[in-house]
Amino acid sequence: MIEFSNWDILRNLLLAARWTVVLSLVSFVGGGIVGLGLLFMRISRSRWPRLFAGAYVELFQGTPLLMQLFLAFFGLALFGINVPAWLAAGVALILWTAAFLAEIWRGCVESIAKGQWEASASLGMGRMQQMRYVVLPQAMKIAIPPTVGFSVQVVKGTSLTSIIGFVELSKAGTIVTNATFLPFTVYGYVALIYFVLCFPLSKSSQYLERKLNVAHRNH
Amino acid sequence: MGYVFDYSWLADYWGVLLKGVLVTAELTLVGATLGVSLGVACAWARSLGPRWLKPIVATYVELIRNTPFLIQLFFIFFGLPSLGVQMSEIQAALLAMVINLGAYSCEIVRAGIQATGQGQFEAGWSLGMTRFETFRYVVLIPALQKIWPALSSQIVIVMLGSAVVSQIAAEDLSFAANFIQSRTFRAFESYIVATLIYLALAILLRQLLRGVGFVLFPRRSGR
Repeated sequence: MIEFSNWDILRNLLLAARWTVVLSLVSFVGGGIVGLGLLFMRISRSRWPRLFAGAYVELFQGTPLLMQLFLAFFGLALFGINVPAWLAAGVALILWTAAFLAEIWRGCVESIAKGQWEASASLGMGRMQQMRYVVLPQAMKIAIPPTVGFSVQVVKGTSLTSIIGFVELSKAGTIVTNATFLPFTVYGYVALIYFVLCFPLSKSSQYLERKLNVAHRNH
Repeated sequence: MGYVFDYSWLADYWGVLLKGVLVTAELTLVGATLGVSLGVACAWARSLGPRWLKPIVATYVELIRNTPFLIQLFFIFFGLPSLGVQMSEIQAALLAMVINLGAYSCEIVRAGIQATGQGQFEAGWSLGMTRFETFRYVVLIPALQKIWPALSSQIVIVMLGSAVVSQIAAEDLSFAANFIQSRTFRAFESYIVATLIYLALAILLRQLLRGVGFVLFPRRSGR
C-alpha cells in the first residue's frame, strides 16, 4: 500500500479548495445581483412583483438546498442540455443565495424610518430617486454585517455541491479518504480548511455589527 | 421541451415517501429537543458558568458554526469509528444534528439572556435564590420567549439541512427520493415531489413551533 504523508493529503485538499472559493464568489456575486432585483420587486408598489418575490423567497427558504441542487441538475437536463455539475451547482447556489439576501436586505430597507420616505417624497423625489439617494445609502450601512455573516452560509452551502459531483473541497475530502483510508485525518483537515475560510468572515461580521451599534449609540 | 412528466410511480412508491417523512420528522423532533437543551446548557455555561468552561464552549460554538454540516456528519460517521466509536446511520445523523443545533441555539439563547436586565438577576439573588435557581426560575423563560422566533427559524433550518443525512444512507425523505429515482428513472419528478413535501413540512413545523411558543409563554404571549 502506498503511504500518504500529511502534506500529500493537505496539498490535494488545498488544490480543491480553490473551487470552493471560486464557487462561493460566483454564488455570492450572482446571488447579490439577482437578490437586488428580488428586493426591488419585494418592496415594489404593484402587487404582482411583490407576490412573486414573496413566493420565491418562501420557496427557496422553505426547501432544502440539496433538493434545489438535484432539481437544477435534473431539471436543466429536461431541456435537452447536457448539464455539467458546475453549471447546476452555480445556478442553484445563485438562486438560493438570492432568496436569502433579498430577505435580509428587505429587513434593512424596512427598518429605515417612514419619515425618510415622507421627507424625500415631499421634496418631489420619485420612487427610484428616493431609493437611490435616501433609503439605500442608509439601508446599505445596516445591511453590511448580516450580508457578510450570510457569506459564511454560502461558503458552507457550496459543500453540498459535492453530492451532485462537483469536485470542490468536500468531494476532494471523500476522494482522498477513499484513497488513503484515513477519514479522521482527512475530514479533520477538510473541516480545518472550511474553518480558515469562514472564521474571518464570521469575525468581521461581528466586528462590523459592533462598530455599527457604537455609531448608533452616539446619535 | 419534448419531455413528458410522469407521476404514475406515486401509486407504487407513496409508502417509501411516507417512511422517509416519518424518519425526517423523528430526526427533527428528537434532534430539536436535544439540540435546544444542549444550546440552553451551553448558553448558561457561556454567560453564567464557571470561568474555565467558557473558552471550551466558545471554541465548540465557533468550530461548529464555521464548518459545513455535511463535513460534521462525515467526520462523525466515517471519522469517529477510527477512534473506536461505532454508531448506526440514524444515530450519527441525530448526533450531528444535535451538535449542530446546539452550537447555533447557544448563541441565540445567549442573546436572550443578555437582553434580560441585570435587575432580574439581582432581584432573584435578593430573594435568596442561588445563581442556578435564578437562572432556571427567573431568567430562562423570559429569555427564551424573546428569542423564540429566531430559535424557531433555526430549527426549521436544521430540519431542511437534515436532507443531507441521506449521504450516509440514513433513510430519510431525501433518501426515499434518491431510492425512487434510481428505481423509476423519474429523477426530476421524484425530487420535485420530495421538495414539495419538505416545503409542507417546513410550513407545518413553523406553525407547530408557534403553538409551542403559545404553550410555553402563555401569559406573556399577548405582548
